[in-house]
This record gives sequence, structure tokens and C-alpha cells, in this order.
Amino acid sequence: MALDSKIPEGPIQDKWTNYKNKINLVNPANKRNIDIIVVGTGLAGGSAAATLAELGYNVKAFAYQDSPRRAHSIAAQGGINAAKNYQGDGDSNYRLFYDTVKGGDYRSREANVYRLAEVSGNIIDQCVAQGVPFARDYGGLLDNRSFGGVLVSRTFYAKGQTGQQLLLGAYSAMNRQIARGKIEMFNRHEMLDVVIVDGKARGIIARNLITGEIERHSAHAVVIGTGGYGNVYFLSTNAMGSNATAAWKIHKKGAYFANPCFTQIHPTCIPRSGDYQSKLTLMSESLRNDGRIWVPKNMDDVIAIREGRKKPTDLSEEERDYYLERRYPAFGNLVPRDVASRAAKERCDAGYGVNATGEAVYLDFASAIQRYGKEQAKIHNIANPSKEKIYELGQKIVEAKYGNLFQMYEKIVDENPYKTPMMIYPATHYTMGGVWVDYNLMTTIPGCYCIGEANFSDHGANRLGASALMQGLADGYFVLPYTIGDYLSDDIRTGKIPTNSPEFDEAEKAVKDRIDFFVNNNGTKSVDHFHKRLGKVMWDKVGMARNEKGLKEAMAEIKQIREEFWKDVKVPGSANEMNPELEKAGRVADFLELGELFAKDALMREESCGGHFREESVELDGEQKGEAKRNDKDFAFVAAWEYKGEPADAVLHKEQLEFKDIELKQRSYK
Amino acid sequence: MSGFFKSSIGRKVAMALSAFFLMFFLIIHLTVNITSLFSEDLFNELSHFMGTNPLVQIGLQPVLIAGVVFHFVMGFVLELKNRKAIGVKYVQNNGAANSTWVSRNMILSGVVILAFIMLHFIDFWIPEINTKYILGDMSGMHDGGLRYYHELVEKFHNPIRVVAYVIAFVLLGLHLAHGFTSAFQSMGISAGRKQTMQKIGKAYAIIIPLGFIIIAIFHHFNH
Amino acid sequence: MNLTLRIWRQKDSSAKGQMVDYKVNDISEHMSFLEMMDVLNEQLVNSGEEPVAFDHDCREGICGMCSLYINGEAHGPDRGVTTCQLHMRMFNDGDTITIEPWRAAAFPVIKDLVVDRTSFERIQHAGGYISVNTSGNTQDANAIPISKHAADEAMDAATCIGCGACVATCKNSSAMLFVGAKVSQYALLPQGQVEAADRVKNMVAQMDLEGFGNCTNTGACEIECPKGISLDNIARMNRELIKAALK
Repeated sequence: MALDSKIPEGPIQDKWTNYKNKINLVNPANKRNIDIIVVGTGLAGGSAAATLAELGYNVKAFAYQDSPRRAHSIAAQGGINAAKNYQGDGDSNYRLFYDTVKGGDYRSREANVYRLAEVSGNIIDQCVAQGVPFARDYGGLLDNRSFGGVLVSRTFYAKGQTGQQLLLGAYSAMNRQIARGKIEMFNRHEMLDVVIVDGKARGIIARNLITGEIERHSAHAVVIGTGGYGNVYFLSTNAMGSNATAAWKIHKKGAYFANPCFTQIHPTCIPRSGDYQSKLTLMSESLRNDGRIWVPKNMDDVIAIREGRKKPTDLSEEERDYYLERRYPAFGNLVPRDVASRAAKERCDAGYGVNATGEAVYLDFASAIQRYGKEQAKIHNIANPSKEKIYELGQKIVEAKYGNLFQMYEKIVDENPYKTPMMIYPATHYTMGGVWVDYNLMTTIPGCYCIGEANFSDHGANRLGASALMQGLADGYFVLPYTIGDYLSDDIRTGKIPTNSPEFDEAEKAVKDRIDFFVNNNGTKSVDHFHKRLGKVMWDKVGMARNEKGLKEAMAEIKQIREEFWKDVKVPGSANEMNPELEKAGRVADFLELGELFAKDALMREESCGGHFREESVELDGEQKGEAKRNDKDFAFVAAWEYKGEPADAVLHKEQLEFKDIELKQRSYK
Repeated sequence: MSGFFKSSIGRKVAMALSAFFLMFFLIIHLTVNITSLFSEDLFNELSHFMGTNPLVQIGLQPVLIAGVVFHFVMGFVLELKNRKAIGVKYVQNNGAANSTWVSRNMILSGVVILAFIMLHFIDFWIPEINTKYILGDMSGMHDGGLRYYHELVEKFHNPIRVVAYVIAFVLLGLHLAHGFTSAFQSMGISAGRKQTMQKIGKAYAIIIPLGFIIIAIFHHFNH
Repeated sequence: MNLTLRIWRQKDSSAKGQMVDYKVNDISEHMSFLEMMDVLNEQLVNSGEEPVAFDHDCREGICGMCSLYINGEAHGPDRGVTTCQLHMRMFNDGDTITIEPWRAAAFPVIKDLVVDRTSFERIQHAGGYISVNTSGNTQDANAIPISKHAADEAMDAATCIGCGACVATCKNSSAMLFVGAKVSQYALLPQGQVEAADRVKNMVAQMDLEGFGNCTNTGACEIECPKGISLDNIARMNRELIKAALK
């Protein structure tokens, strides 16, 4: 099947408006007769469910947690972008569009990104109306901060808990609809398959995670908003339960999976401390507003620090290598995430890592504390302030800005980050790749939509900070509710979809068979055993830097682990009860397939772009020497994979990317 | 409004309102009694006024009794409801880690105070009602003078009674130490960990019971 | 370090539960409490026993999924953290650690340490929102200035993660801190004023219906709250309800 992205005609700034003016609508009386299933209730799913219910559709929403409020969107810290230009620093829809396409290393679809920028302002308006307590300045107006990869201040935030507040906003909108009976909420339910009737997505099979019961749910359309697949690495900043199962199930039923190798490794995470570790913790990118990243210049100092003979604070300015400021003077510590992560890896690979594992760099707030302290002394008219006073005043400001992050760091690492620099290292954080969707956010299965991080979306090969929240909410509040109407306008006479059709029987049987297999397998190794092995292969060979040899090995190794998994996995307990091990088994089984496709995609893409860095493709000379080298001639396309059984057999479909409004350039942050 | 007082918060507000009334009464009561430390005559006069003034006797007295009864009945009602809300008990619960013993045991201090009030009624209130309204002697006179001071002194001869009073007042102090700020909090006046409110509460909870204790001990040892 | 764990085991909501002792060895002090539980579960799986079910998800203290009453305290002995952020350095070699599920009539046990907190959901359905549709032409976000103080205070109330530690800790299993936080967030913002009276009435009515206890102002909830939600929010809710009743 050829890919049709369905991008509307016309100049980029008019596409969305024209499109909205021309699509088919469903009249309010008919909306009552139409059911929509929304799987996942994070920012994208939650906002979509609420908005669709407001419009009058009957929504059934599903979450594996005990409440929509717990979706992992809640963990987003730093903020949400919007081209409001409240700061008067020259921001505009075009600039946000431009920054996002450039930040994504020119691997996203222009029309989608422009639409995203266009509705970004509406999101802020909507959230404020919902009671989201964004940070404000003393004049009572909304405050902004800066994020990596841009030159304006357009990030709105609610302390270090922006994702939480936005999610609670969407959750509150859902609650209103649940109270009205327009959303039927299924907590502690996991979607285990999509049901396709006459070529259209018409329902799902879900497992009640409390009773183990397998349920059939029908609808006229199915929306997947289940987030990314970062847990394929086992260790990531994702929640323990974050999984790719829903996305992978629709892939197996016909939805193409796009750009799986585009994965974001976030530069500022707390380094890992041991093998028992279950997850990694992110420290917001906003810290790079004030924190300076460095490693010692001299190897002697590195060794002295590792052996505990020296402390980082013992090193003078001259003995420190602020490598981001050195390499990228224009953006300094605020280069995009992929660039910052690779730079950290480069230093650590060269042996300059500052902790026992050799995988950590410093994020230092001493100069920010000094700067703020002096500023405050002036504001408070303190003449000749003492060193201690300056420090005290400065610390207060830093605390007000990042207090909760500093506290979190101290709780985990047991070191006071006001006194000694934080240690950070990159960790898997976000997946730009995902289910392929057209301009309408519909997958290659008619009637099956995919929104938020779960789709391959708007971030190209690298996502800029504070853009995930923007995209999730844009999809859910402002895009999908329009585009889905166009599709559903054909369904006003369809009537309720029955759940006793052979298609439902078959899907349910497959789901039950698989569960029965797991609980009866009597293997010898736990699910985590396989997940950890998969994660290690992924991190070592499909991590921050990739090469042909490693990727080929990875594919073979993952296949090997998968085969062992199916032979030897051990799932205690039974199918008809709450069984967390059984839940994990199903998810890891899917990761074991996805991981291989991931490596295959990375192997195919013989260029370096964004989060995908191929060691074979670097600039060899000139000012950009050593930087990632993109290949626009051969790889300016979206790689959409069609499922054909084994992941290795997946068939590649290319969606050529056209850049009419932005010139394709090498990304330079120098 | 009727719905309000059926709600959990409404009940707490009712509890707080009755508490305010009782706390106000304690101030009046102590003010009258404290005069017994330095002026027999003043005490007698004030007591006679309170004991015979129709406004106090017919107006305020029933309200006070109703307030006391309400505060106790509601206290027990809430306690029962709260116990029901708990369900299964913890095997290990470290209440001391996050709250004071007093705040967790208001019902205990309350029950002791209730017992004390019974004793107090038997000691003073019932004989008083008997003299005034059953026997019809509203004069307040005995042996050619006002009888109140003499009766007070008489009661505190017995050391067991004095000890009982002291114990009861210590518990009243504890009850107030939490109850004072708690009542404000229930009324919507933040008293959580606000310094001033806590200080006023502590001061009240010490001064009032201490005053009564001093009176009891003073009369026990001075006569 | 080596530890003895006394854990509540209960097959399902209708079964009778009991405390069962387990031993875990070689626990690193850098582990989080839940990583220690992972070690126990891996051990149980490998020995053919059923692992202990417990709620958890983000493991960075924000989703509110994890619970556990550890040594008699909600989220264990540390302050300002959820169980997932509690580290084993708070314990000593040879300790016996008691681990129980949240206890409240309104939080029935589903299995082992997992409880049903949907009563919180129903309270939110009763009024935990501002009625505004997603139209795309909502008035500009800066149209109504909100004082920094009010915005900050609303934010402090809104940081509640809905974990239920307040209920678990409360000697009366009261949900006042949870409900007070939500009522406060909206009461502090101009957008929340229109529905303020109905909101507080409906949410409190639902809270009562769910069988949560009353507030005795012990302040335990505030101390055990991983997000430090202030008791002032309860006072504000009381005030809002009195105001609503007088209307």
C-alpha cells in the first residue's frame, strides 16, 4: 500500500484552516450514536477523550493504572512551548515551526509541525481556563523560561511539575465528562488487541487487570494514545508500566510503524548506581538554563575525583572543561538534547567520566548562585555583600526555581547539589518514532488513530524540550477531535457495532491463548531476566552511537533472546486474578519484537540525524568536524514499516519528506 | 443549611461552635472563681448574681447545659463514625511519628472531663438547684451571710476530691491544647502550624486549667 | 544489609489476609525501597512462589501510584518522599520491616499490598473540574491577571499526587487533605469562582458518601504527605463550605 499523508493543498499557514473549513462534520444528534474507544489517558489520550465527549461522542477510555491521573505524562517537569510571544522577543508561529523542524533535524512533516505551532497558543489558553496554575510574574501575567535549541523564551511552566499540572487539567476535563456519563472510564484495564471488521478498526480486546477477565469493547473508531516505547531499553526515564503493547498490536494488525530508531536520549538524568536499578530519573532540562556542564580538563583530576582524593569544588575554573560552551559557543549549555547527550558520551568515552562507573559529568550551579546572589544584593541595596551573603541570596533564587528537583536529587543520590555539583548522564527518555499516521492522525488501519508520543509525529529525529506536552495536547484537544469527525461522518447510519462477530471471537481467542501459554509455560527465568538482557543489547548496540556491525549483532541477539523467552519464561500465578508478572510478560514479548525492528530501522538509516547517530556518518573536516552528518539526498524520508511476521521481514515504505517552507540546512548550534 | 450540618465538615463546625461557647464559659467561670483567692465578699456577690439573675439562670444556663451535652454527644457520634471509616487496623502504626498523643485521644480526655463534670454537678450544681428551685430558697444566705464562699472552701477539704479535680484539669488542659486550635481550624481559620494561633491556644490551654487548679489547692491548704 | 520483611499477603478482596515473613539478603543502601521489593519478588518467582503485588509506576515520586505503610508510617520513615523514593539507607542491617497496605474502609484491599482508591476518583467526578469546553477560542491566557501569590498557593495545593497517604495515616481515615487540596486549587483562582459553592458541596458530599472519616486536625496527614500539602487547605475547604452554606 502506498502511503498517502493526506496533506492539504495551499500555503502552509492556511492548510489547517482550509482543511477544517472543508471537512465533513457529524451533527450533534448523530454524535450520540457514535462510540469511540480511547486507549491511554495521558496528555494525548486524556485530552482527546474529554474533548470527544464534550462534542457529544460516547467515549470509552482505558488506562492500565488505577486512575487517568497517573499516566506518565505526569512526570514531565520542565514546561510546554507555545508561540505566544508574551515576552516580546520576536516569537511567532513560524519561529516555533522553524525551531521544531530544525530541532528535529529535518525529519518531520512540515504541515503537521506548522499546525502544531498554530494551535500551541490555544493550549495555553485552554489550560489556564481549566485552572492549571502556571507560574506567573509579579504583575500577575504568565512567566516563561528558555529551553534547549531555541533563541526565544516560550516555555510555560508550573514549577518543575508542568506535566503533572497539564495532565491534571486534562484529567479534570475527563472527570467532568465522566460525571456527565459521556466517558465510561475503564481503570486497571489493558488493551491486548484491536479488532478489525471489514477493514476498519471496530473495537478492542482488553484485560481487566483486577479480575483477569477478558473483555470485548466495540466502537466506530479506536484511538491509541499509549505513549512511547522507551522501556525497550529496560532502564529509561519511563514509568515501570509504560509499554508499547497497544501500539505494537495495531502494528501487527496493519498499522505501519515509523522511524523506530528515532529515540531521544535525554542528557540530564541521574547516573545509574547499580545492577539492581529499576529505572532512571530525569532532571529537567530547565536546569540547563542555569547549570553549567563540565568535566575536568586533566585526567589526573578525573582519577583523583573518582578515588575520592579530590572534590569537584577543589578544581579551579582553568582546570575545568565546560565542553558544551567550548564546542557550541552560540547555544552553550542549551544545545538540543541529542547534541548534549552525545557530547557527554564523547567525554565519558574519552575517559573523563567523574563517577565510579565513568558515566557521569557535572552539572554545576555555582556560577548561577553567584550571579543571582550579586543581582539580589543589588536589588536589596546591600553594599559590599560578603561571600556568604551572596551565596545565601543566590541559593534562595536557585531554590525557588528548581527546589523540587534539587530535593529529588538529594533524596536519590544523598548529596547536596547546592554545595557540590550534580552528576548527570544521558538516559533513554522519549521516542520520536512510533505508529505512522497521516495528517488526520489516522494510521494505515482505517478508523484507527494514534496520538501523542505513540505516533511518529512531529518531532522528526529529535524532540526539543517542552514540545512533547505541546504535541500531546495539540493532538488531543485541537487536532484529533476535528479530523476524526471527517471519518465518522460516514458512520452515522452504522449503528452499534456488535461484539459477537467472528472477528471479535478470533481476536479474543488469540489473546486468551497467549495468556494461557504464559501461565502454563513453566519456564525457569523471570520476565525481568529477559527484559534486562534486551535492554543491555539495546543500550550497548542501539544506544547513543550505532554502527552497522553492532546493529546486525543486535538484531541477531534480540531474536535469540526472543526465542529463549518463548521457551523459558516463567510466569507465576494464574490468568484469572491480578497478576503483575503476567502483565509484564505480555509487554516484554512485544518489546522483544519491537527492539529488533528498531535495530533494523537503525541499520537501514545510513545517516546520522537527531537522536540517531551512525558512527559511519560524521563530518570529516571543516568547522563541523566530528559532528553528525545527515544525508538529505538519500534519507529525507519517513521509514514506515509494514509487519510481515518476523520483525526482520518487515517491509519498508517510504514517505518522502518535502521541505517547501524551510531550507534544508545542516543544523549548527556553534 | 440543614444539609450543611449533616455533612462531615458541618458536624465539625457544630463541634467547634459548641467548643467556642464552652471555652468562653470557662473564661467567665474562672474569672468568677479566681476572686475567691483574694476577696470572699466579691466572690459571694458575683456568685449570688450568677446564681439568681434570671437572665443567667433561665437564659444562659440551659444553653450552657445544651452546649455541654451537644459537645459530648457529637463527640461520641463523630468518634463512632470515624471508627467505622478505619476498617481493618494496622498491625504496626507509629502515630507518634506524625501527631501528638493528645490530638489522637481527644475522646479519652473528653471522657475524663465528662466524668469530672458529673462529679462537679453532684458537688455544686445539684445542691444548688435543690436549694433554689426545690426548696425555694433564693436568698443565697446561710448563717447570716452569703453561703457561696463557705461552700467552696468546704468542698476542697477532702484531699481525694482535690486530687480528682487536679487530674481532671490537667486533662482539660490537654484537651484544650489541641481543641483550641482545632476549633479554629474547623471554622476555616487556618491554625495548622501558624505560630500565633498555636501560641494563643497553648496559653489558653495552660492558663485556664492552671487557674482552677490553683483555686482548688489554695483552698485546700489555706483553711 | 540483610533484612526480615513482614508483609501483608491477601489473595483477593474477599480473602482473609495475614502477615508473612520473608528474608532478603545483600540489599544495597542505595536501592530504593521498591527496588528492594523487586529483589524479593525476583527471589519469590525463582523459588516458584507468587510475588507480592504492590502498586507502583513512575518510580520518581509523581504518579501517586505507590503506597505501602512501612513500619507504621505511610511511605515509610523518611519525609517528603513517596515509597519509590524512599531509600534503603533509612534502614539498618538486621532490621525487621513491617509492610502493610493502606488501611481505610474506603480503600479496600484488592490483593496483597494493592488497594482500590477509586473512591478518590468519584470525589473528583463530583466536582474536581472547571466547566470549560475545548473550543480553540477560549479567552487569552493573560486576559485575567492572577497574583503571583495566589498562583503559587494554587500550585502548592495542586501538587497533590492523589496517593492516599493522608487517608492511610489519618486515625479517622479522613480524606480532607486530598479534597481540601483540590477545592483550594480552584478556590484560589478566578476561573474557579463561578462553580465554587457547588464544587465544595458536591465534593464533600461525595467524600462523606464514600465512607471517609472526619478530620480531627491531628495534622498527621500534612507530615506524611509526600508533597507537603498544607493543613491550610483543609481550613480553606471548611471556609468554602461554610461560605457555600450561608449563600
